[in-house]
Amino acid sequence: MPDQLLFAMEVALNGLMAGVMYALVALGFVLIFKASGIFNYAQGVMALFAAMTVVGIQKGQVPFAHLINAIFGTHIHYFGWNVPALGAILLTVIVMGLFAWVVNKLVLKHLVNQEPIILFMATIGLAYFLEGVADLMWGADIKKLDVGLPQGINGYIDETTFNLFGYGFFIDNLDITASVIAAILVTALVLFSQYTKQGRALRAVADDHQAALSVGISLNFIWVLVWTIAGCVALVAGMMWGAKSGVQFSLSLIALKALPVLMLGGFTSIPGAIVGGLIIGVGEQLFEFAIGAPYLGGATQNWFAYVLALLFLVFRPQGLFGEKIIERV
Amino acid sequence: MKDMTEGYTTPDGRQIGGVMMEMKNITLRFGGVVAIKDISFDIREGEIRAIIGPNGAGKSSMLNVISGFYHPQEGEVWFHGKKRPTMRPYQVARQGIARTFQNIALFEGMSVLDNIMTGRLNYMKSTILDQALWWGKAEREETENRAKVEEIIDFLEIQSIRKTPVGRLPYGLKKRVELGRALAAQPKLLLLDEPMAGMNVEEKEDMSRFILDVNDEFGMTIALIEHDMGVVMDLSDRVVVMDYGKKIGDGTPDEVRSNQAVIDAYLGVSHD
Ligand SMILES: Nc1ncnc2c1ncn2[C@@H]1O[C@H](COP(=O)(O)OP(=O)(O)OP(=O)(O)O)[C@@H](O)[C@H]1O
Ligand SMILES: [Mg+2]
Repeated sequence: MPDQLLFAMEVALNGLMAGVMYALVALGFVLIFKASGIFNYAQGVMALFAAMTVVGIQKGQVPFAHLINAIFGTHIHYFGWNVPALGAILLTVIVMGLFAWVVNKLVLKHLVNQEPIILFMATIGLAYFLEGVADLMWGADIKKLDVGLPQGINGYIDETTFNLFGYGFFIDNLDITASVIAAILVTALVLFSQYTKQGRALRAVADDHQAALSVGISLNFIWVLVWTIAGCVALVAGMMWGAKSGVQFSLSLIALKALPVLMLGGFTSIPGAIVGGLIIGVGEQLFEFAIGAPYLGGATQNWFAYVLALLFLVFRPQGLFGEKIIERV
Repeated sequence: MKDMTEGYTTPDGRQIGGVMMEMKNITLRFGGVVAIKDISFDIREGEIRAIIGPNGAGKSSMLNVISGFYHPQEGEVWFHGKKRPTMRPYQVARQGIARTFQNIALFEGMSVLDNIMTGRLNYMKSTILDQALWWGKAEREETENRAKVEEIIDFLEIQSIRKTPVGRLPYGLKKRVELGRALAAQPKLLLLDEPMAGMNVEEKEDMSRFILDVNDEFGMTIALIEHDMGVVMDLSDRVVVMDYGKKIGDGTPDEVRSNQAVIDAYLGVSHD
């Protein structure tokens, strides 16, 4: 096989792995948008906050230490214990649930029936607020996330491909793990929404609020539930990203990567978010490899996704699998 | 009026019980518009109660008050002898009051079966853990609920469309599915907002038959809004007549038909 093609295959595979991450972030958006019509600008910050919380709990950091020390003149920073990774993750799930409850109680409940733009603005406010809380709670320094995920080049793939093609593919173990975890998460979500009582209620609310109310579904309960699930999705995305490049504020910018994915996949389609994420992940890597780096001076990943999404918008505004746009009366 | 505290017997020999729901001096305003003005009436166990009146009379508003979608500024709602506090629609539904909507509110993306299944949500009690592991309780519950839904599908004669996405159905069938979803909740009180609007004669006859059977076979109490006077007179035991937010008549079909205020309200008003 010619070298160029092998390179391209390796690049595409790596793109696929990055795409999984984009898909996860986009999924968080889709869930909330479907259930409540809110475009949650805070999704990226939620990922950051969740990742910081995992690290903080794991290392036994005292939350709001700076604040406490400033008020009481103390010098506490750590409890002096370490929490096992799994424990820290489970506790973070609870924290994300609490966050969902508070957001619903303090913000969303009071904005029912408001214009989408007002809800969107509220989530912008929420994003900055949460960023501040994260900072205050866990400190602004860059943190290293170590929850025992395998890292480094996968030797097996390297060897097998070398024996097959005479060229070894470099695929990171972390990317493989992330893809597997993402696949499990998505499968679990699909099973949940298809077969459980709460899942059915969730689909009902996503379809029609009035009808959902009339069969005895509490919209507030569903909103807390869906924000909690979005929080868990953010947690997974934040941990994967954090394990790769450290937990820092730029992590919240992964939300920007999700936007073109949503334009491609449609704002209300879960399969759309997944396929859209993969297309953009692969597309931007291949474009950079084939055209960007050789002819355009590189770094095309920064804008390629948006151009692709805009082209798509022109020809198929409802997205890949997006539902027909129907005016609700 | 005769004393009816113990209920009454209808001309066709059905026994109507005591008061199930009582609306006391309900007033509902939207800004300057008074949709309901100081209206009182009751609904009795086992009864088919109709609310009629010209367009904009406030009929749907009244149904929305009963089902908790609207909250009146004045007045009280009594259910099963207890004053009801202000309730959200989902709480009212959980008390055993199911409804359909004038403009049909179905889950368009779901199949007929799934739509009717949502009516069973309040009968699904097993915990998320039971469900995840598919333990005995969850399985038994699911089987029971499916059986009930199939029963309703048979009753409404919609076996042939059970798997069809509701969005693709014609209007008349959608109305029937919506009724099915309300029935699935096995409510004590069933509220129907113009169940036959926009139907042809044949569809109206089917729907009338379903309503009578629901009342007769399941003993379900029904309050319905309907424009077609013929249908109302055939179906209902007692009728409330509304006009411009006020109650202008209340009684058996024969009584309201001979009521001068009702005749006046309907003169010059076109009906379909
Ligand atoms: N949500 C609302 N907001 C503002 N005004 C409303 C609302 N719902 C009803 N109204 C007003 O209340 C009055 C009664 O409306 P309602 O829908 O109850 O009438 P109706 O008897 O059901 O009429 P129709 O036969 O046309 O269905 C109307 O003037 C209507 O405009
Ligand atoms: Mg109406």
